[in-house]
Amino acid sequence: MAEDVISVTALWWAVIFSGLYHGINPGMGWPLAVSAALMERKHTAMAKAIAALAFGHFLAMTAILLPFSLMLFLVEWARDIRIGAGLLVIAMGIYLLVNRRHPKFLARVHPSRLALWSFLAAMAHGAGLMLVPIFLGICSIDNGDAGHQAVQTLMSGNIVTAFAVATVHTLAMTAAGGLIAVIIYLWLGLKFLSKTWFNLDIVWALSLVLVGLLGVIAAYAGY
Amino acid sequence: MNLRPDPTFHATAKLAMQAPVENYGFTVMLSPDGTQSDGIAVVDLNPKSKTYGEIVHQVIVPNIGDEFHHFGWNACSSSLSPLTGHAFLERRYLIVPGIRSSRIYIIDVKDPLKAKIHKTIEPEELFAKTGYSRPHTIHCGPEGIYVSTLGGGGEDGTDGPPGIFIMDCETFEIIGQYEMDRGPQDKHYDFWWNLPQDYMVSSEWGLPPQFEGGIVAEDLLSNKYGHSIHFWDLRARKNIQTIDLGENHQMALEIRPAHDPTKSYGFCGVVVDTTNLQGAIFTWWRDDDGKWQAKKTITIDPVPADPEDLPDLLKGFSAVPPLVTDIDLSLDDKYLYVACWGLGEMHQYDVSDPMNPKLAGKVELGGIVAHHKHPNGKDFAFGPQMVEISRDGKRVYWTNSLYSTWDDQFYPNDEGGQMVMANVGENGGLTLDKNFYVDFPKGLRAHQIRLEGGDCSTDSFCYPSV
Repeated sequence: MAEDVISVTALWWAVIFSGLYHGINPGMGWPLAVSAALMERKHTAMAKAIAALAFGHFLAMTAILLPFSLMLFLVEWARDIRIGAGLLVIAMGIYLLVNRRHPKFLARVHPSRLALWSFLAAMAHGAGLMLVPIFLGICSIDNGDAGHQAVQTLMSGNIVTAFAVATVHTLAMTAAGGLIAVIIYLWLGLKFLSKTWFNLDIVWALSLVLVGLLGVIAAYAGY
Repeated sequence: MNLRPDPTFHATAKLAMQAPVENYGFTVMLSPDGTQSDGIAVVDLNPKSKTYGEIVHQVIVPNIGDEFHHFGWNACSSSLSPLTGHAFLERRYLIVPGIRSSRIYIIDVKDPLKAKIHKTIEPEELFAKTGYSRPHTIHCGPEGIYVSTLGGGGEDGTDGPPGIFIMDCETFEIIGQYEMDRGPQDKHYDFWWNLPQDYMVSSEWGLPPQFEGGIVAEDLLSNKYGHSIHFWDLRARKNIQTIDLGENHQMALEIRPAHDPTKSYGFCGVVVDTTNLQGAIFTWWRDDDGKWQAKKTITIDPVPADPEDLPDLLKGFSAVPPLVTDIDLSLDDKYLYVACWGLGEMHQYDVSDPMNPKLAGKVELGGIVAHHKHPNGKDFAFGPQMVEISRDGKRVYWTNSLYSTWDDQFYPNDEGGQMVMANVGENGGLTLDKNFYVDFPKGLRAHQIRLEGGDCSTDSFCYPSV
């Protein structure tokens, strides 16, 4: 049991860490929050923009996690689902490594529709997928001796977990991205916008591969 | 693909003004009769260099008859748009279209002294993929490179309206037409936009038969050249409003929006008012109800002249029209430069109040009748035409050719390509630099100038200058 507590804690930290990681990636939208505040010349515009970006990101997370949480009622397939999910995440990472073109359709979203933009950006970059192996890990520990639980209970438990993971992740993401946006807006100025902007494309794709691999290994090892 | 944004990308126009100054200029060289190949001249603009003011490299293309005119970058400060999330393109390639051949060259200028052709897009590909011909203005936009065209399909470019097409900014593949709903737009010339506010403005010159063989006097006098500007929902690709400037305002050419994206106004130059031969600048803006408006805010009068001194085209008028053929706005949105190609003058207007421009400086050079000489004592063929301002707003460069066949009609006795520079005073004012005078190789004329690292008509900024 103690072991389980430690790994659940570790997995929740992974949820928070992935949120921070998504937050600092300019591809997930913090430059939009800076731009909104500057264009409207008021602080509240930044808060609104950050909220819209967070909402879009949250939707993208739940859109990916919920189907997996529903699938988990197939208890006897749990291990295969975890391995399949891990492979899917690896595949997305490899796809992003091979296809280095930017999703151009994102540029066609109207600049004021930030929630939609954030949702699409997260989907296009596989941001939700990065959470899947972590989420499945948490579920498998929570479900524990699943054979004795009613499918109903199991499913609702998993759905609650999915929302919890998406919420914690989004809060962490919003905190990180929001902090960078506020610091640039209030203190550093736009000169630092281009200076702090790193190309995370390869690192991002490799992160997907890594998370997917860990997911597959954990499933095999029976964690 | 870089790991960091290109250092020549700037979040705001203000940051671009503070950036290091230009060391090189790229200027179009064109053969007016198609007997030589066109090219791009690389001009040394570093005053400390031994070759300052000289052409230090030339990229000469293998074909003849292209007629280079306008050109632009594969990527600019618009790459820092918060919507892209990927600011890692390089400002490295010049997209150079031939408006007579419809051929497009992609020139790699990573090392300006070794600039070379990277790719050539043949006219057939452009026709097949877009239905347009005679590519012209280049801007780097949300989904790639936007290129305006002057002609539609068919031999003389009148089969269908001209418009804008989009090119991939990495592979330079032509993607296709931009417009979903062009409304009444049936002619084209220039376009520019405000990316955060998501609008675009486009203008009209005339259809290919109206310019390729020279200006058609009957068409001009019956007001058949373009006289409208079009406002677009940029991302919806839809014409939302067309403003007719009045049919006597013939040839609404350059569109210059304020560089600061919080501002919703800009300028448009009109070549000639057929009722009085004046040149004009219109200010366009979005009113409180969201409707676009336009008002004439600058007029420049013609100058009476002896018909003896005038080309055939103008003899009947006994006057020289100013012929406002190019305008450019400094990055601080303070000074608008207006080329009066007929008079032989470059005007500088203080447009701090865009509705009340004030003449702040003026330089006289060339001209149909005046023939003002350069302060170095040399002649200047034709008049001041394509104008480009340094990012810091302190130097203004210009060349002298308008368009091959039109040069010959308005200046039948002139020939040559020149590029000059004027210094801007601390509080306005404009003075020609005696030591900067680039004479182009014999038989070649000079048109648009692009400055290394971007200039006042290439870069679109996505954040306000606060």
